[in-house]
Amino acid sequence: MSDVVHPAHTPVTTEPRTVRLLVILLVLSLVAVLLLAPLAAVFTEALADGLPAALQALTQPDARSAIVLTLLVAAITVPLNAAVGIAAAWAIARFDFRGKAFVVTLIDLPFSVSPVVAGLALVLLFGSNSTVGGWLIAHDMRIVFALPGIILATLFVTFPFVARELIPVMLEQGRAEEEAALTLGASGWRAFRTVTLPNIRWALLYGVLLCNARAMGEFGAVAVVSGKIRGETTTMPIMVEMLYNEYLATAAFSLAAALALLALVTLALKSLLEWRHADVLAATRRH
Amino acid sequence: MNIDIEDLTKTFGAQTALHPVSLTIPSGALVALLGPSGSGKTTLLRILGGLEIPSAGRVRFDGQDATGLRVQDRRAGFVFQHYALFRHMTVFENIAYGLRARPRRSRPTRAEIDRRVHRLLDLIQLPDIGPRYPSQLSGGQRQRVALARALAIDPRMLLLDEPFGALDAKVRKELRQGLREIHDSTGLTTVFVTHDQDEAMELADVVVVMSMGRIEQVGPPAELRSRPTSRFVETFLAR
Repeated sequence: MSDVVHPAHTPVTTEPRTVRLLVILLVLSLVAVLLLAPLAAVFTEALADGLPAALQALTQPDARSAIVLTLLVAAITVPLNAAVGIAAAWAIARFDFRGKAFVVTLIDLPFSVSPVVAGLALVLLFGSNSTVGGWLIAHDMRIVFALPGIILATLFVTFPFVARELIPVMLEQGRAEEEAALTLGASGWRAFRTVTLPNIRWALLYGVLLCNARAMGEFGAVAVVSGKIRGETTTMPIMVEMLYNEYLATAAFSLAAALALLALVTLALKSLLEWRHADVLAATRRH
Repeated sequence: MNIDIEDLTKTFGAQTALHPVSLTIPSGALVALLGPSGSGKTTLLRILGGLEIPSAGRVRFDGQDATGLRVQDRRAGFVFQHYALFRHMTVFENIAYGLRARPRRSRPTRAEIDRRVHRLLDLIQLPDIGPRYPSQLSGGQRQRVALARALAIDPRMLLLDEPFGALDAKVRKELRQGLREIHDSTGLTTVFVTHDQDEAMELADVVVVMSMGRIEQVGPPAELRSRPTSRFVETFLAR
């Protein structure tokens, strides 16, 4: 009997070794080809003429203004969308009202509409040929081909990220904890601050990071509304394209690498936070 | 504190959760709202706690109209069905929440909050669990923490929604006794919702039998058993 191998020790969910290896290999190679290789290519191209050349390209006035503009747009749109996203998720998760299903669908609209169409819509609404746009220009307020247009376009494109992350979390948690806070004498604001917000903070953080990544990386919508005025309305992604079209490979790839680096920093930040708060995360999972 | 409920009605859209119901709960009583699901018992409890607003009718606390009183101003200790403990706070912080939420003028000092929380932890016979998180507690411990949290605000009444619903049979028996003791020692008017007739009959001084948004009969357990006034009460209690 002792020489018989008992199949009973291996869990039923386990596949043969070869299958496991194959699946893992497939995933790893896909990750390598689709995700890592492009990233590596960007950095190699950026550093092709050496680090000093890459850094020099980044300090050019046009590149600098693009970086500043991109950070400015993200700094304005991300907090705005976080606030509106929280409000929208709160309304949808906590209250029943007529047209709720419609609102939920509407929140997803920016995901299904091409960003170029969104940009074009803004041009039609606020451009000099429209009534609103004409009036605004007559009163010296520029929207299209200026910062407000870029912000509006970015707001539109990044709108769903925060709300989409929060709605399922808030629905799952229900309102009992908030009600408990109210019965204990807390004001609505206090209950929100001390009970609701801590409960959604991880989903919120994740939503904000995604929103931020997209806000900095948006191309299509911004390309249409910004008018691509060099040094004025060119964000980093648009500057990258312009430099590339002008055969300035080092400059284009340096800026692209800087953009990728910003995204990597936000990812690292998220991982760091998750790692540091692992104990609290584990303790506060749904019991 | 005694509670007078006069012709209380609650509708949710086209659905009527409570037909006009009237009830007087004497000060210091331990009352069970007993009925099957959908009988309106939880709605009635939530109206008493200020979590629902009645469509019509009045609620009086000690003769004073409390129908429109804000939930924060009711001082009703509410224990939720699944306890609704704040999962990101320790047991200590959960119990201290109501004291810390008070306006600065009437907020106790840190030392006083500390003293009160520890006294409540002693009362529920779990003196050492202050630093733990709710997810690290058993069901019975959570229920007792929820009770301590509700008692911390020095409530005028205790309202409990299916306080034993999520527990196994053995713990249930123990905690029934625990609630009885806390009620007797605090003298608080206590109303709890249950669908378990054994629980209602064993624990309560007065049982209110409800069905389809109406009160079928009110009385001490013995009276309900010996003289049920309707077929529904008779069959519901006979189960």
